[in-house]
Amino acid sequence: MKEKIKTFIGKVGLPRIIIAVFFILLCVLAIPLNLSVPMLVSDILVRFGMNGILVLAMVPAILCGIGLNFGLPIGILAGILGGLISIELNLSGGLGFFVGTLIGIPIAILFGYLYGQLLNKVKGSEMMIATYAGFSAISLMCIGWLLLPFKSSEIRWPIGQGLRTTITLEGRFAKILDNFWAFNIGGVRIPTGMLLLFFIGCVIVWLFSKSKTGIMMAAEGSNPKFAIASSIPVDRMRIIGTILSTVLGSIGIMVYSQSYGFIQLYQAPMMMGFAAVAAILIGGASTTKAKISHVIIGTFLFQGLLTVGLPVINQMIKESNLSEVIRIIVSNGIIIYALTKAKGGAAHE
Amino acid sequence: MGGYSLNEEYVLRMENIRKEYFGNLVLKGINLKIKPGEIHALLGENGAGKSTLMNILFGMPVIHSTGGFQGEVLLNEEVINIKSPKDAMELGIGMVHQEFMLIPGFTVSENIKINREITNSTIISKVFGKNLKKLDFKTMNKDARKALDTIGIGIDELTYVSSLPVGYMQFVEIAREIDKSSMKVLVFDEPTAVLTESEAETLMNTMKVLANKGIGIIFITHRLDEVMLVADNITILRDGEYVNTLKKSETNVIELAELMVGRKLEIIQKTDDDIEEHREKILEIQNFNVDMPGERIKGINLDVLKGEILGLGGLAGQGKIGIANGVMGLYPSDGEVIFQGNALKLNNPKEALESGLAFVSEDRRGVGLLLDSSIELNIAVTAMEVKNKFLKYFGFIKFEDSKEIRAYAEKMIKALDIRCTGPTQTTKSLSGGNQQKVCIARALALSPSILFVSEPTRGIDIGAKKLVLDTLVNLNRETGMTIVITSSELAELRSICHRIAIITEGKVAGILKPQDKDANFGLLMSGLEIPREQGVD
Repeated sequence: MKEKIKTFIGKVGLPRIIIAVFFILLCVLAIPLNLSVPMLVSDILVRFGMNGILVLAMVPAILCGIGLNFGLPIGILAGILGGLISIELNLSGGLGFFVGTLIGIPIAILFGYLYGQLLNKVKGSEMMIATYAGFSAISLMCIGWLLLPFKSSEIRWPIGQGLRTTITLEGRFAKILDNFWAFNIGGVRIPTGMLLLFFIGCVIVWLFSKSKTGIMMAAEGSNPKFAIASSIPVDRMRIIGTILSTVLGSIGIMVYSQSYGFIQLYQAPMMMGFAAVAAILIGGASTTKAKISHVIIGTFLFQGLLTVGLPVINQMIKESNLSEVIRIIVSNGIIIYALTKAKGGAAHE
Repeated sequence: MGGYSLNEEYVLRMENIRKEYFGNLVLKGINLKIKPGEIHALLGENGAGKSTLMNILFGMPVIHSTGGFQGEVLLNEEVINIKSPKDAMELGIGMVHQEFMLIPGFTVSENIKINREITNSTIISKVFGKNLKKLDFKTMNKDARKALDTIGIGIDELTYVSSLPVGYMQFVEIAREIDKSSMKVLVFDEPTAVLTESEAETLMNTMKVLANKGIGIIFITHRLDEVMLVADNITILRDGEYVNTLKKSETNVIELAELMVGRKLEIIQKTDDDIEEHREKILEIQNFNVDMPGERIKGINLDVLKGEILGLGGLAGQGKIGIANGVMGLYPSDGEVIFQGNALKLNNPKEALESGLAFVSEDRRGVGLLLDSSIELNIAVTAMEVKNKFLKYFGFIKFEDSKEIRAYAEKMIKALDIRCTGPTQTTKSLSGGNQQKVCIARALALSPSILFVSEPTRGIDIGAKKLVLDTLVNLNRETGMTIVITSSELAELRSICHRIAIITEGKVAGILKPQDKDANFGLLMSGLEIPREQGVD
C-alpha cells in the first residue's frame, strides 16, 4: 500500500496533488457558502481560455532547451503593439482582433529572434537572464508607451503625453472570441470561440512537435551534446523555439485582452510570465520536459484555484485580500518547487 | 626473482593488499616494499590498480566508504592505520599529484606552506583565538627557499604560481612535500606526463637527490625508459594482480613491457582472414591535429583500409579518443582527411555524417543518447536529420513517419538483440550493454561506409561486452563495413581487429597485428621503439 501511494505520488507529482486537493476543497466549500456554482464554472472556463495560450507558449521554450520562458512579457509586448495598431487603424470586431493578432506576429518574430540570440549567449543560465530580459523589456516599453506616435484618442491620454495605462476594448474587439458560438448549458456559459482557438493552438503545437523541426528541436533541448554529434544546428533550433514561444505569447495576450476587455500597458504585463510558468509546472512539466497535457491540466487547476479561491475566501474572511495573497503564494511557491527539482536547465551542454 | 633478504629494513611495506568495490575484486593481494632511499617504480596499464593502491596508502575516503581493504600497511615495521589523507601526511607520507593542487593566485612560498603556516601571536589573536594569528612570512619564505634549494630549482619563492610555466608547478608541489619535516615516503604520480624532456630530466635528478636523503620514493609511471633511468626496483601490477618485483639491474625494457601488457583474455574471435596489404584505402588521415582536451592528437598520419577492423589503442590521455572525435568534427581539428578520394571538410559534423561516416561516442550517456526519449526515437533521430529518412511529407512540411520508425526500430532490436520491453522504452532504463547497442543501431541507421566506435565496452559487464564485440565483428563480416574501434582494453582490440594502431603522445607509435608479441604492444604504449629482433612470434 505504502509503495502504491509512493508510486502514485511519483507519477502524478506532489505539487499537482496538493493543488488538486486544495482546488476540490475550495469547490466543496463553495456550496455551503451559497455561491452560485454555474457562475463559478463559467468563470473557470473563461479564465482557462484566457490564459491557455500564454501557458502553451511555455512548451516550445522548454522543448528547445531554454527552460521556462520567464521572458514571456517580450511576446506579450509584441501582441499589445499589434492590438494597439489595430485600434489605431480604427478596426473593430472580428476583423480588429484578427488584424491586431496578425500584426503582432511579425513583431513577435523579430523580438523572439533578438531574444533568442541573447539566450544563445548565456547558455546554462537562461531562466535568470530571461526573467531580467522580460523586466527590462517592460521597463524599456514604459518609455516606448510615452513616445510612440499613436494618434487615436482611445489610446492616448486626453491631455498630456503618452498612452493610457488601461485601454478599453469596448466597441473594438472586447469579448469577440468569448461570444463566438457561445451557448449556455444549465446556467453555465461556454466561451466556445476562445476555447476553440486554444485547442487549435494546442493541436498546432502538437503537430509541430511531430514534424522534423520539432523532433530535432526537442532532441537538441534534451541533450545539446547529442545534437552536435548528430549535426542538429543547436543555436538555430533554440532560436526557433524562442520565436515560437514569443509568437504564442503575443497571440496569447490578444486572447487574454479581448476576454478581459482591456489592454493594459506599462507595468501590468511584468508578472504575467510567472503565472504561465506556475500553471505549466502545476500541470506536471519540468524545466526540461513539457507536454500539451501539462498545459491543459495546469491551466485548469491553477486558474480554477484562483477563480474559486477569490469568492470563497472573501466569503470566509470578509474585506481581506487574502485571495490575492494565496495567488502569490501558490504561483511563486510552485515556481520555487520546480526550480529546486530542476537539473540546471540546459546547463548540461 | 625479487632478491630481497628478509632482514633488511623497509620504510614502507604493504602486505597482501586486497580491495573490493561492490563485489568486484580490484586488488588481488598486492605486495609493495620500499627501503629508505630507494626509488621504486610502480608499473601498470590503466586500471591495473596503481591508483587504488595509492588511495589505500593515503586513506582516501573512497576506500573507507566502500568497505575498507584487507591486508597490512607497515611504516618502519610498525602496523599503521591510516584513516584519512591527514593521517598519512602526519606520518610522513606525501604525494606529488598528477594534476597540480596549487592555488594560482598565491605565491610559491604561500603554496608550499599552505595549511602549515608559521604564525606569530598578536594581541588580537590572544583575545579572539588562534585563527587570527599573524603569518610569519619571513620564516615561511626562508623555509620555502630551503625546500626549493634542496630540489635544485632556481625559482623565486615570491612569484605567483599563476605566472609559472607548467613544468615548474610540479617542482612547487615537490617542494611543498619535502618542506614537511619527517617526510619518509614520497609518491610521484605520473609526474613527467606534462613535462618537457629537459624538465623531466631535472625532475628525475631531483628524485635522486631526495632518495639520497633517505626518503623512499614510489614512482608511478608508464614510461619504461624513465623507469630504467632512475628506479632501483620495479613492481608490476596487471589487472589488480601483483605480477612481480624486479631489480632494475636484472631486467630490461622488453621484459617489463611484456609483463605490463600480458595476455589478459583468451582471444575470443581469432581473426581468420589477415587483411591483405593491397586493399584500397578508404580513409587517409594526414598530418592531422585534434585539440581535444586531455586527448590531443599532434599531427598523425593513418590510413584506414576498406573492409577492415582497425583498432586504436594506447593508454588514457595519449590521444586515441581524439582521432574519431576529430574526424567527426566534434573537436577542433586541422590537417587533411581524405575519404574515398575526396577531401573531407573538417570541423563540420554535418559534412562527416552526410558523406558516410558514423560515430558511436565514448561518452554514451552524455553524447550518445537522448536518455529521456524512447529507443525508437534514439535510433531514428540522426538519420532523420542527416539523411531525411523516416519522414513523410505534407506539402512542404516534413513529419515523422512513425510507422517506418517503429518497423526499423523493431528490426534493429531483433538484429542486435537489444533487451527491452519494446521500442517505446526510454533508453535511460536500459542496461549499459543495451544502451550501447542502441547507439550502434543509431549509427547503422545512417548506413555508413565507416563506423567509428569509441570505447564500446566501457562500463559494461563481461557478458554484454562479448555481445557488443560480436555485433561489430558480424557487421564487418556480413556487410563488409569498415570499422574503426577505439578502446583502452588492448585485449579486446586484439580479439577482433585486423590491425591495431597504438597511439602514444598524440602520434601513431606503430601499427601491429593482433598476434604480435605482448612486449611490442607494451613498448609502443610506453613511447619506445621496437628493437629489430622483436618480430612477430
